Amino acid sequence: MKEQFEPVIVAFCCHYCAYTAADMAGSQRLVYPPNVKIIRVPCSGKVDSIHILKAFEKGADGVYVAGCLDGDCHFKNGNDKASRKVAQMMRYLEEIGIEPERLEMVKMSAGMGERFARIATEMTEKIRKLGPSPIKAAAA
Amino acid sequence: MKTESKLEKVLAAGHLAVTSECGPPRGASAETVIEKAKYLDGVVDAVNITDNQTAMVRMSSFAGSVLVRQQGMNPLLQMVTRDRNRLAMQADILGAYALGINTMLCLSGDHTRFGDHPMAANVHDIDSIQLIQMVKKMRDEAKFQGGADIKGVVPKMFIGAAANPFADPFELRVMRLAKKIAAGADFIQTQCIFNIDKFEKWMEGVRGMGLHKKCYILAGITPMKSVGAARYMKNRVPGMDVPQELVDRMGSVDKEKQPEEGIDICLETIERLKQVEGVAGFHIMAIDWEEKVAEIVKRANLYPRPQA
Amino acid sequence: MITAERKPLEEILAYIKPFKRILLLGCNECVTVCAAGGRKEVGVLASGLQMSRLKDGSSIDIREHTLERQCDPEYVEELVPMIDSADAVLSMACGCGVQQLAMRFRDKPVFPAVNTKFMGGSDRHGVWTERCQGCGDCLLGLTGGICPIAKCAKHLMNGPCGGSAGGVCEIGDDVDCAWHLIWERLKALGLTDQYMEIMPAKDWRPAGGGGPRKIIREDLAE
Repeated sequence: MKEQFEPVIVAFCCHYCAYTAADMAGSQRLVYPPNVKIIRVPCSGKVDSIHILKAFEKGADGVYVAGCLDGDCHFKNGNDKASRKVAQMMRYLEEIGIEPERLEMVKMSAGMGERFARIATEMTEKIRKLGPSPIKAAAA
Repeated sequence: MKTESKLEKVLAAGHLAVTSECGPPRGASAETVIEKAKYLDGVVDAVNITDNQTAMVRMSSFAGSVLVRQQGMNPLLQMVTRDRNRLAMQADILGAYALGINTMLCLSGDHTRFGDHPMAANVHDIDSIQLIQMVKKMRDEAKFQGGADIKGVVPKMFIGAAANPFADPFELRVMRLAKKIAAGADFIQTQCIFNIDKFEKWMEGVRGMGLHKKCYILAGITPMKSVGAARYMKNRVPGMDVPQELVDRMGSVDKEKQPEEGIDICLETIERLKQVEGVAGFHIMAIDWEEKVAEIVKRANLYPRPQA
Repeated sequence: MITAERKPLEEILAYIKPFKRILLLGCNECVTVCAAGGRKEVGVLASGLQMSRLKDGSSIDIREHTLERQCDPEYVEELVPMIDSADAVLSMACGCGVQQLAMRFRDKPVFPAVNTKFMGGSDRHGVWTERCQGCGDCLLGLTGGICPIAKCAKHLMNGPCGGSAGGVCEIGDDVDCAWHLIWERLKALGLTDQYMEIMPAKDWRPAGGGGPRKIIREDLAE
């Protein structure tokens, strides 16, 4: 009997919103799964395609990019750029043979600690259902 | 007279000329061409044979023209620059003339995007104006486009071109015609005219430059079979200008009466265009409705045709 | 610039299927500017190829490298020390670069990872459009700086066809009518008379009709 699959999820979090929201979630004692590994970025727009790909290549089962709400980017439109990049990478993942839904773009404000926790939980559940990424599965 | 073309003779004698068209089949049946052409026998001065119209493969215009010629009628060989380079076109001009074809229409052709071979190369070695120049050079200078002399019989083609008064930019349309005439066009067949006001405005410009004296302008006429056809031409055919009121008029009568209404509109158009100075005749494009051309010509008092 | 787009991953994977060690080469020139084959795209492709293999339980040894210019022998020379450790070369340069590699390394399989598209320019960020077809006998001086060969779907040299409507080409609403643009520009320049000049049939030899083209600068050629 195999032990339960615990997905590894990488969350690229914008310093101005999602990262602060994660802090907020912590100080509010909100519980979210420890599967989510947070990487702080100065803006979601700074997340490059290669960062997303390397996360998967090195064993992530899911990745999401968390940026500011529409119109609220500290750098004007970094979150829009991130959305387009994520959409592009979803198509690429499909080409590679990785389910595109393992990648997601989410948006929130710095005060949304509850939303941060909920998204972390939902993403973890979604990936848990999907199972290990095809790359990890092949290595196992 | 520049040529032996019946069309030229009719026009030069000052008659209102009438031409019509026959689209060759998407198959190798000579009978289809002959049947369609027979509807036009004695009713028109020349029969346009389209060249892979709407970029769909059909029997060649050349072969269709020969079949029509064999019936004792006068084919008008259409030639588009889309499908062949200048060698192929000049070869066909020689061949066509050798087989009794002396009238042609120089076109660029619809883009392959619209046809059944969108993957084919668009040749466009030369454009329609350069094609006109080439045919004229062959006729008047007995030289090929490349400069060499034509040996023996010189193909003397009566040279036609198309004009679309309804395309944009409108202000350029008269100049475009002037350019075609300067290149050597002897006659013009226009796009189907539904928007008569706009056509008249264009003709004003044409007369302003004296172009109607340098070239015969045949007004394009198309009878609409149904309100559906009217809508299709209004919305789907590039370069067509069908006013909404004509669509409404077609739609205002019962379905079985619509063909009759279409013919009425077409006859009214001809009557009005007869009054326009510079209109030298009519080109009736009854698409898949060749059997109606005789009736139109007769009811428009354009019958009998002169025996030029 | 010369524009390009990455080929479908499936096609690239099929090319390199028999090989274990791949040298994946980008180019710092045009394909970097049009985001098709620069250093970044090399990284993205390398990762994608690696994951495709990992997913199937195998792996691939990909060495990433981006040359200053793949179409010049001088730059290609710097590959000499690394070429032997690769079973095959995958190039993200335009077709010129791919061929430069194939000529230099005769016994090494070289595959294209991009489709070379056209000579164009950027309309706005992320959008490139065709501007020049390299006809070898530039007409732009007569056409208001807008090329009817590259930008008219029928290469018309003497004005718009009957399918031009509202400034748009008959082949699609996203295509400008080149002659409409030319006309507007000639008007703006007060050069509308220029339109009446008939442009004669073009000599296509300089455009490639005379066979593969070559430029020799006597003062530079050794």
